[in-house]
Amino acid sequence: MSRRSSTATGRPGFLVYGLLAAVVLGSALPLYWSYMIGSHTKDEANDSPPPLLPGGHFFENARRVLDTIDFWQALLNSLIVATVCGVSVVFFSTLAGYSFAKLRFRGSSTLMGFVVMTMAIPTQLATVPLFVLMRNYGLLDTLAAVALPTLVTAFGVFFMRQYLIDAIPDELIEAARVDGASMLRTFWSVAVPAARPAMAILFLFTFMTVWTDYMWPLVALQDTETLPVALDRLALTGQGQTTDYALVLCGAGLATIPLLILFVVSGRQLVAGIMQGAVKG
Amino acid sequence: MLTEQRAEAAPREPATPTVDRRLLRRQRRSRWDLKVSPYLYVSPFFVLFGIVGLYPLVYTVFLSVHDWDRLYYRRGGFNGWANYDFVLHDPVFQKALVNTFSIFLMSSVPQIVLAVVIAALLDGQLRGRTFWRMSVLLPFAVVPAAAVLIFGSLLADRSGLVNQVLAQIGDWPVLHQLGIGPVAWHDHRWWSHFAIAGMVNWRWTGYNALIFLAAMQAVPRDLYESAALDGGGKIRQFWSVTLPMIRPTMVFVIVTSTIGGLQIFTEPRLFDDTPNREGGADHEFMTSTLYIYVKGIEDQFYGRASAAAVILFVIIVAIALLNFGLTRFLTRRAEK
Repeated sequence: MSRRSSTATGRPGFLVYGLLAAVVLGSALPLYWSYMIGSHTKDEANDSPPPLLPGGHFFENARRVLDTIDFWQALLNSLIVATVCGVSVVFFSTLAGYSFAKLRFRGSSTLMGFVVMTMAIPTQLATVPLFVLMRNYGLLDTLAAVALPTLVTAFGVFFMRQYLIDAIPDELIEAARVDGASMLRTFWSVAVPAARPAMAILFLFTFMTVWTDYMWPLVALQDTETLPVALDRLALTGQGQTTDYALVLCGAGLATIPLLILFVVSGRQLVAGIMQGAVKG
Repeated sequence: MLTEQRAEAAPREPATPTVDRRLLRRQRRSRWDLKVSPYLYVSPFFVLFGIVGLYPLVYTVFLSVHDWDRLYYRRGGFNGWANYDFVLHDPVFQKALVNTFSIFLMSSVPQIVLAVVIAALLDGQLRGRTFWRMSVLLPFAVVPAAAVLIFGSLLADRSGLVNQVLAQIGDWPVLHQLGIGPVAWHDHRWWSHFAIAGMVNWRWTGYNALIFLAAMQAVPRDLYESAALDGGGKIRQFWSVTLPMIRPTMVFVIVTSTIGGLQIFTEPRLFDDTPNREGGADHEFMTSTLYIYVKGIEDQFYGRASAAAVILFVIIVAIALLNFGLTRFLTRRAEK
């Protein structure tokens, strides 16, 4: 067995579990706090000492949130933008990643080097000119403006290439070609099935990145809202002589739920994806 | 690779006169397909990236050396270094730059140390392995904008849980002498950095821990066995086997956290409880990216904002290159 010998590690003791439990508690505490404050009235939330157990006013606060911001529209907008970007990134990255991993063409390594280099470019800094460009083309305040900058990512191309190098045996492509399949046909019937697990992970990552992005939609949108932008407006409403934490935190909690559901369903793949990317990258 | 040889060999075979035209045409089309397809497949990425990634970057440099007429919303003439001159002499920008580095250091260093420790805890034959791994990743699934608002409440200067606890234990005899008590999380410059760094750490530590965990599991187990035979304890093994072996991953994490850590925006913008939201009443925790946003999007000084962006860009690239050079140096030394 190549597992660690029993003298070296053995089974972890109570200390390890205890420390990990503390980490998990720390991870979950803010979420608990959000629900706790979000389920009290405004006055209770500002009590000193603060309440420590959930109250019974969550739905009342939720109603106030829905009256303040257009939560459902923001949710729908987030869903549209994140899905469009996810599908687009997965499609174009698989296409390019397959080409870089399995096909030989002049300039391939130079172009791949360019892709790797662009991964290190802090594109967020180009926000202002991007805003000017969107304004010039009349795209401001549209969901298209939000989605455009993330239709392709260098990371996606890199990720798919790393995965496909080992995932498809050269013989398989060769066989398809000998059978007279066109390049596109070969891509579709050989590469895509082999790439499926990586495609799922890449979709998940892109979806989450776009869903959680705050700066760019804040810049590109005025009356339209994605979830983070709606939260921004909600926070501004909640400000005042005494901040209305019950309202703000109830909204923050509500905005967290969709992604948490996704996390519970697909957390396993997410963990695998992060760990895979680490070893290969 | 094999495909190309095979396909290129085919048309070169002497064509017998009996071969019909259709076959020839198909072969020619197949060869064209083989040559052009790879470029066709990578081109959507490069075209789209060029439009929404590269072009805006070049346009940033262009805008940074031009005037901007805010009243009529049009670009003014070339004005050389004037925007750079303004930004570099702007006390707010200088303050934002110091804040950026302060927050970056307070977030990256503890984050990496903690992530390595958590990874070491996870790197064993745990019961419920998937549960623990998913649990440390939980903060990654929380929308940052929501997380900042929640932390803002936890750290509220008067009613926040943290200050209430600090006030309570500040009454205890010894701690009272140590000066422990409520902290002005929003108004005190360095404490506000600490608070923002804490949010960044909360989000990213578990994520990085999983990256380190992957690296640790790739360490050959017999290295541990021979270290154990030499009589090294667990802690000793960690220092002399685990840490050197995960060094490349360490540098990878440091480089990525540098690029992210110098562009922090969500936290300083939403942590602010003043209506202007420019990083505190006196810009205590305004970061460079927030400066770019305020100058560019809110005040519409596109030239100045672009100049600030170029300056930050140069800084980030310089630090990334420095990290890269350091990696090469360290890994080479490790190989020797």
